[in-house]
Amino acid sequence: MKIDELLSSPSEWVRTEGPNSKIVMSSRVRFARNLRNVAFPGWAKKAERQKLLELIRPVVEQLPEMASSFSDSMDNLAALDKQVLVERHLISREHAAKNVGSGVVINDKETLSVMINEEDHLRMQAIKSGLQLKSIFKLIDKVDTELEGVLDFAYSPRLGYLTACPTNVGTGMRASAMVHLPAMVLSDQINQVVQAVNKLGLAVRGLYGEGTEALGNVFQVSNQTTLGEKETDVIDRLNKVILQIIDHEENARITLLEKKPRLAYDQVGRAYGVLTNAHTVSSKEALNLLSLLRMGVDLELFPAGTRLIVDELFIVAQPAHVQKAAERKLTAEERDIFRADLIRQRLKDVTKPTVATAAPPEGPAELA
Amino acid sequence: MQCDICKKNEATVHLTQIIDNKMLKVDLCDGCSKTKGIQETTGFSLADLHIGLGAGEDIAGDADLKCKVCGFTQADFKKTGRLGCSACWGTFEAGLAPLLKAMHKSDRHVGKVPGKAAHTLVITEQIKDLAGELEKAVRGEKYEDAAHIRDQIRELESKLKISAV
Repeated sequence: MKIDELLSSPSEWVRTEGPNSKIVMSSRVRFARNLRNVAFPGWAKKAERQKLLELIRPVVEQLPEMASSFSDSMDNLAALDKQVLVERHLISREHAAKNVGSGVVINDKETLSVMINEEDHLRMQAIKSGLQLKSIFKLIDKVDTELEGVLDFAYSPRLGYLTACPTNVGTGMRASAMVHLPAMVLSDQINQVVQAVNKLGLAVRGLYGEGTEALGNVFQVSNQTTLGEKETDVIDRLNKVILQIIDHEENARITLLEKKPRLAYDQVGRAYGVLTNAHTVSSKEALNLLSLLRMGVDLELFPAGTRLIVDELFIVAQPAHVQKAAERKLTAEERDIFRADLIRQRLKDVTKPTVATAAPPEGPAELA
Repeated sequence: MQCDICKKNEATVHLTQIIDNKMLKVDLCDGCSKTKGIQETTGFSLADLHIGLGAGEDIAGDADLKCKVCGFTQADFKKTGRLGCSACWGTFEAGLAPLLKAMHKSDRHVGKVPGKAAHTLVITEQIKDLAGELEKAVRGEKYEDAAHIRDQIRELESKLKISAV
């Protein structure tokens, strides 16, 4: 499979709606694995890394899960394509910077990806829509078991799977969920939640790691530690916390609609107004407005089919996707224009938010 | 106050993080805090920073220690915060232990065990380790710990029986 073939359609986790996908956009689990007594990628010489890549890549390609897949060495990939893969959460930013001696294998549905010679020899991950950490864990666990039948993974009974960085040793597992929390941001409750989650030993990051205020009100919640707790216990704990976050967000939305319905409708209406009429829009502005549109879908202000359009826009409005779709080099300004055109085009059949039926009558005091 | 990384400039960024009642502190100058990417985010882990800079102190022991498999040294760890190969974990085991304790829930893996062939061997080793700890706990009259360890041993023993069938 060629890269353009892979990238021609959106990832399965964007196209489908998993459990709780209103608030949980996706779940992901990754394992870090290394070969025994061979230098880790960061310490290995270029020739060693190339040799390792030649050894590992065919093994990964032969996995039944990778029957239909894209596989290449990182030096064969254009910088733009690598960036597109980052925006789809299929490779890490660090891996996008790799060249000779590193590689990637991704299945056609884009649910499974294996990075070879990132920080560890293998970083395998599964990603799906909604909250389904348990089934994703099973999937990646199966892949890991298949691989360990062929590859000699570095493991110690005391320390578990041995990784390049001490923060990953043990299970080598990082499980995470991307949660969309606009109502908690609008009602200033988000910092409390972040602090509470941190206290439970889980990390909360912005979607693209850009400071505390996450773009598009999307946050990533993940486990911090990998040693001293079973994989399934970590998954259960994370799952419970995410379910609580869902509850909080739903409550925040109900409260918002009861106490400040005009604020909610105003935000959604303005987002719709700008996105359907703008002729230039930055990716940051686009993501923040798309977030409000997404909340509008949840509040049933738009027809249900709108969600898929909005979720796809969340991905394709990002810089590398815009650049890729344009099929020619764009300046930053041209990109913002192209993005605005793309968004208007995709939203052209979405009718404006229907507030009349949904809005409860309000007292004259608030109208005045 | 001096910057912990470059040891030259005046530290203007002071960070404190408390994990499991253990306080980690880092003082950085403006330049180093930027290169470490911690200007405005809160989503970073001080542990990450500590591995990168405080590791010299944390990996205690012989400074000339060198991994026989890959030639990695303590100084290399101090520079990168990463190890050279899987054998390094054995070479620097003693020095890494306190670091792991500060970073993780415990210093012992309790998750997945690879491969059927390795299975029995690994569990037997784990039981041997735990038996030693059990003895220590009993001697120290830490009965709650002892009971917990005993449960772990029982669980492992039951796994051995299953795989023996």
